[in-house]
Order: sequence, then structure tokens, then C-alpha cells
Amino acid sequence: MIVHLTNPDSTITIQGPKQVRQLLQDLNLIPEANLVIRGDELVTEDTFLDDLDTIEIRSVISGG
Amino acid sequence: MRCRVCRESAVINLPRHNIAFCKACFCNFVHTQVTRGIKAQQMFTKDDRILVAVSGGKDSLTLWEILLSLGYRADAVYVDLGIGDYSIRSRQKVQNFADKVTQTHDATLHIHTVREEAGVGVKELANLVHRPTCSACGTIKRYQFNHVALEQNYDVMATGHNLDDEAARLLGNVLHWQTEYLEKQTPVLPASIDGFAKKVKPLYRLTEREIAAYAVINRIDYIIEECPMAKGSKMLMYKDALNRLETESPGTKQSFYWKFLEQQAKKGTTTIVDRDRAQLHPCPTCGQPTSAEVCSYCKLLAKAKMATSDC
Repeated sequence: MIVHLTNPDSTITIQGPKQVRQLLQDLNLIPEANLVIRGDELVTEDTFLDDLDTIEIRSVISGG
Repeated sequence: MRCRVCRESAVINLPRHNIAFCKACFCNFVHTQVTRGIKAQQMFTKDDRILVAVSGGKDSLTLWEILLSLGYRADAVYVDLGIGDYSIRSRQKVQNFADKVTQTHDATLHIHTVREEAGVGVKELANLVHRPTCSACGTIKRYQFNHVALEQNYDVMATGHNLDDEAARLLGNVLHWQTEYLEKQTPVLPASIDGFAKKVKPLYRLTEREIAAYAVINRIDYIIEECPMAKGSKMLMYKDALNRLETESPGTKQSFYWKFLEQQAKKGTTTIVDRDRAQLHPCPTCGQPTSAEVCSYCKLLAKAKMATSDC
């Protein structure tokens, strides 16, 4: 699957299938600080993502 | 995962409440939290005119959207700080959002452009007066938000500060025992003296993640990138520390800030009002309250004008 990350912007390819919870763990990202979006829909941590998915992991933390 | 309310497929789980929601039930949850905060803290009523300070980010645009959806009379003000492409992009996001909401609601967007008044953007302005950019930015925004609220006769000024902002700020103040800042860290600051608008934070019960999720669900097109000036800020460090605690122990941020508010509520706002009335007087240049001879905003602009005329 293609995974776009924000802050800083980057794109990586990850082998699926993989649960959202595991994906965040593998990337060392905290669920409380990120949203996982498949296409343009939010997905929960128990969702399985597969190789054809395009995923955005959006950081929700701002410094203001 | 299923929505706890309607059993539809869930789009978000909230460990601090041990609950998951579908899109519709999550939006109801967000609206309920905002309404509860507004009422509990007596922020404003449906008769009041509210000025929302917007930046193009998720919190402020979401706040404006929620207030309008709930039937409040909410306009917005944006301060164009002149931070290169970042300000161009954020201003565009605000303008696009305003164009959209004004099609369905009676709402107005006010814009103040720093470069038009000071001749330079905030970064150059801060360099001229040898101050950190974020400090000059804070002075300008506080001044302009208050100025527009008073000039346009708004009853209250609202900002998009959320639970993470308030918990991180509290952590920073407590770590350095800056107790003098604690009494002003409440979701409502009264118009303690002539020249100060009442200020409120209706999103104080919601986390950044919840607000971002609401923005994604409702297709609120906000600026995702961080302000380039915020890189390495202490607030980001405190937020990261709190989110690590929250992951291990859900509800930590809420408990930390809300219990602080319970303590503050026992003291009331009398001390803020008394202190402001005793210590503040109108700035001789602009009339806004200050404890100094001239307010920090007028001082900043005067120094900048002096520096540019020396060049």
C-alpha cells in the first residue's frame, strides 16, 4: 500500500495486509497524535488495510 | 469496530471515553461537547455576536463551522502575518472557507494584513526589534483580535484553543512554576476593564485528534502544514509528552486540565478583574489597556518604524 505521511511530508510503500494499529506501531507513531485516512474516509485501529489501499497518516498536532 | 450509539460501522474510537462512533454520532458528540462547554462556562448565548479568530488551521475553521451549525451568530477575523508562502496558503484556505459558509449563513470575514500596517511581515518585524517571531506574532494577534472585536462591537471573541493546547500550556506553566499565568488559563476571560473584549475557548473539552477528525468528516479544507516558525517549539514537546502519557493512560490530558479548572473555579474571576483594574490603564497611543507606559503593540510598531527609517 502507498502511505502518505504529513509533517514532514513523505510517501512510503508498505506491504499489506496490515491492521491500522500495527501500521502505526511499525512507524513508531502515536494513535493520539495521528489520524489514518483511507481514500477520504477515516478508519479505526482495528481496520485491515491491503496492498491496493492509498493511505494518509495525518499528524493532528499543531504548535500554536 | 461498531458505533456505541447506533451500531453502524465506526470511523473513530476515543479511548478516553472508551467509546467508538460512526460519522453522524461522532458529529453529535462534538456538538454536544461544545454546547456543554459554552453553557457550563457561560461563554455566550444565541443573542450574542461572536468574533472567531481564524488562522486557516483545523481548530479555528472547525470552531467557526460548529458555531454556525449550532445557530450562533459568528463572524471571523484573520490576521495575515506575511510569513511568505505559508501565509498566502493559509489566507486562501480561510477565504475559500468563508466563501463557502457565507453561501448558507449570514457571516462576515474581517482581514487584517500586517504588511499593510507595518510595511513588513511579522518575521522581518521581529528581526527589526530583536524579538522571537512567535513573541511578535502573539502580540500582533492578541492586539488585532481584541481591536476588531471592540471596533465592530462584538460581544465576545472566540479562539480555537483545544484540550491539548490548554493541557500543554498548563504543563509548561507548572513545570516552570509560572503561577502568575495560571489564573488566566481558563476557557473564559472576562472583559475585566474597558478596552478588553471577553475571550472564550469553546473547544476546550475536545482533543486535537477529535477536532481534526471532525474536520476530515465534514470536509473542512484546512492548512495541514505547520507554521514554519513553530518548528522546535516547546508546546510541541509538551504535547508529545502528554500524548505519550495519554496513550498509556487514556484520560490523562482531560483529567489534568479539567481538575485544574475545578480548582480555579473555586477562586472565581474576582482576582483577575481586581488586578486588571488596579494595574492597567489605557495606552496613550491606541487606548488599549496596558500595564506599561505604552502598550507592547504600539511599542513594537514604533520600534519597527524607527528601524526602517534608520535603514
